[in-house]
Amino acid sequence: MNTLARRLAGAALLSAGLSFGLAATPVLADTPKDTLVMAWQFDDIVTLDPGEIFELSGAEYGAQVYDRLIRFDVNDVSKIHGQVAESWTVSDDGKTFTFTIRDGITFHSGNPLTAEDVAYSLQRAVKMNKGPAFILTQFGLTPENVDQKVRATNPRTLVFETDKTYAPTFVLYCLTADVSGVVDSKLVKSKEVNGDFGAAFLKANSAGSGPFVLRQWKASELLSLEANANYWGGAPAVKRVLIRHIAEPATQRLLLEKGDVDVARNLKPEQFEPLRGNDKIRIVQAPKGTLYYFGLNQKNEVLAKPDVRKAFKYAVDYDGMAKTIMNGLGTVHQAFLPKGFLGALEENPYTYDPAKAKELLKQAGYPDGITVTMDVRNTSPSMDMAQAIQGSAAAAGIKINLLPADGKQVVTKYRARNHEALLYQWGADYQDPNTNADTFAANPDNADDAKAKPLSWRNAWDIPELTKKTAAAVEERDTAKRAAMYQELQREVLETSPFVIMFQQTEVIAERSNVEGLVWGPSFDSNYYWKVSKK
Amino acid sequence: MPGRRHAIRGAGLLVSVALTVLGLLLVTFLIGRVVPIDPVIAVVGDRVSADTYARVRQELGLDLPLWQQFLRYVGDVLQGDFGTSVLTSRPVLEDILRVFPATLELATAALVVGVLLGIPAGVMAAVHRGRWPDHLIRVIGLIGHSIPIFWLGLMALLVFYARLDWAPGPGRVDVFYEGLVDPVTGIITADALLAGESDVFWNALHHLVLPAGILGLYSVAYIARMTRSFMLDQLRQEYITTARVKGMSEARVIWRHALGNIAVPLTTVVALSYASLLEGSVLTETVFAWPGLGLYITNSLLSADMNAVLGGTLVVGAVFIGLNLLSDLLYRLLDPRAR
Repeated sequence: MNTLARRLAGAALLSAGLSFGLAATPVLADTPKDTLVMAWQFDDIVTLDPGEIFELSGAEYGAQVYDRLIRFDVNDVSKIHGQVAESWTVSDDGKTFTFTIRDGITFHSGNPLTAEDVAYSLQRAVKMNKGPAFILTQFGLTPENVDQKVRATNPRTLVFETDKTYAPTFVLYCLTADVSGVVDSKLVKSKEVNGDFGAAFLKANSAGSGPFVLRQWKASELLSLEANANYWGGAPAVKRVLIRHIAEPATQRLLLEKGDVDVARNLKPEQFEPLRGNDKIRIVQAPKGTLYYFGLNQKNEVLAKPDVRKAFKYAVDYDGMAKTIMNGLGTVHQAFLPKGFLGALEENPYTYDPAKAKELLKQAGYPDGITVTMDVRNTSPSMDMAQAIQGSAAAAGIKINLLPADGKQVVTKYRARNHEALLYQWGADYQDPNTNADTFAANPDNADDAKAKPLSWRNAWDIPELTKKTAAAVEERDTAKRAAMYQELQREVLETSPFVIMFQQTEVIAERSNVEGLVWGPSFDSNYYWKVSKK
Repeated sequence: MPGRRHAIRGAGLLVSVALTVLGLLLVTFLIGRVVPIDPVIAVVGDRVSADTYARVRQELGLDLPLWQQFLRYVGDVLQGDFGTSVLTSRPVLEDILRVFPATLELATAALVVGVLLGIPAGVMAAVHRGRWPDHLIRVIGLIGHSIPIFWLGLMALLVFYARLDWAPGPGRVDVFYEGLVDPVTGIITADALLAGESDVFWNALHHLVLPAGILGLYSVAYIARMTRSFMLDQLRQEYITTARVKGMSEARVIWRHALGNIAVPLTTVVALSYASLLEGSVLTETVFAWPGLGLYITNSLLSADMNAVLGGTLVVGAVFIGLNLLSDLLYRLLDPRAR
């Protein structure tokens, strides 16, 4: 040990010298012009396979790398346009959709994109039967019949057959979903292992024709995309997009302010509000298809009384919350179709009225008020919302005891229908109104062992009439009539349902002001980087 | 027969390690089953069809009695199969092998900081006991130990990265260097040297300074405190007085004789603080976007990815047991009385 002291002293000197040396080196600031750098929490991504993607971040990835048959206009969702498809026709009986595929599209591999590829992609999704497959199988497609129902009759013609007559808009909106992303069938087939349809390969590799190519994905770490210089719609202006998983919003803000990232995706009001005065940063808000609501379990005889249900709707301080905790995170929205959907109702008939709520409780036979428990996930903004509701409802004669828990735990309880009141959110699965009508306004079987567990079932709301109306709306071929049917459904749900829908989520994006052309659509699979450029 | 005694002691040690590991397995397994989260939902999501739900439940073996599930779990783990992570959809073992080097790198760098600052500080505090260096070191130690590392990390980023521009931002390297060197060891500074990429090496080292410094500060407090009390013990001994009487220089008395004699217990302290740095880096990893084991376990926990949580917990537990064992062995090796 006689040299320990000398070694220690030496090492201390060395480390001091090292840190001074490091400190003196200037740190690279500002990202290069040909590279877009983004800070984003994308730890929900579990797969990059369009046949399997069912997560928000994954859906956004799919939209950059894969072309889809058709897409909707992000500024006016009622307009559907072709992407890989140039045009389409619908047969008189409404069951056969014939798409003409655009000529001259090539995949990243150089293979030409044909109707065969489109057919293979859809067949593959149905046969693999993963999370998003139901978006296609709800049209009567099964692993057995899909090869006949979805087929390429020649390299430029794709036929898609449904089992029944549905509203054409329903079929088309579903085909705008990520699950219809077109994969390079030659490449994917060559990577197939044990009949897995290339799933092991596509999970972490890309085989698309979109404006970007996957370069590298490290789960919860890095997602790196490279521009497809041969993109048929025109090459992107940037060479690459680097997306880094940054879990902590405060860290995201530091990186953005410093110019080490161009876009920060997960800032909370306390981070983005102070940035509003910063002329180097732009705050963008895009309404997304997620609703914040709470449900009242109809197995509970108190909550099952119509007047009690209605009392809850007057016991929430919608505007107060919108101005405070939901500032920038959501806007007041009470109907079950979010803004941006066909037929969405933009009326918010309920306001905070504690006197009226008390009156309704009295009519229901509870002049002294009621006490309920409310389950809520222990994250922001759900917890903040629940606390605000607790406060406003107390003044309306409703005492709420909060039961905060982890999200998966809350869902487990919800599916067992063991709650009284439960605050959660609902995100649309695809851009057709049926995605929400089917869960808020349909409950085909209210038995405990029912196969389908829509939100109406979870709150034990038995609604045979509404269920029929919802089914009818899906089959209405006249788009205007169909929209009117959904408006009627929404009004009825607003009036009678055990759902207190409060807010539509807003995505807040903070961009450096030299970034232009990013498109933030109404869903994550309609956020596009294609046209992005940096001044 | 000393050989036989050693063999018996070795066997005893092995049995106790095996029992500890089994206990660890049982506890982690039970925690996984006790949480009121439906593991099927964690795997397939909330909107799954009834058929898929039933199929996955069976695949996960959740229809078996609990003790059979445990046996199956132990059997799998012994074969190195920790199951598949829901979050990354890859084998948990692969994931852990990928993220663990990042934590190892951070914790090792932090330990270097802790030892280089902690031991001299402890010695100084003992020598100047009750006077201002002692108080100063105690205050610094108190700060390092009691201020939440999360806050400290954010403040350090704010000051050294955002304001002063001395340190780079979060992450292991600048985003442009990401993926430039192939992971061989997974320790990015080492990989960069192996690949001969000096730019990447310096960048990675840059990135290491702040998180390792913050995390290291945490262990400085512990190491300094322990060093101080060991040293005080030694300085009271008669051989110190003898050495001083013989006219030996004060520096030699302190740094060679006293410090030399506490090397053995210090080894244990350093090993233990290494273990606690390895598992205690969770918050540092979150603030500095450091993709290590701590972040992995946190992410998995938040998404109820139980295979990953159990695998991660097991690794942390195994490292802890391993380091304890190592310090035990070192103790015996260094201290003649323990032989």
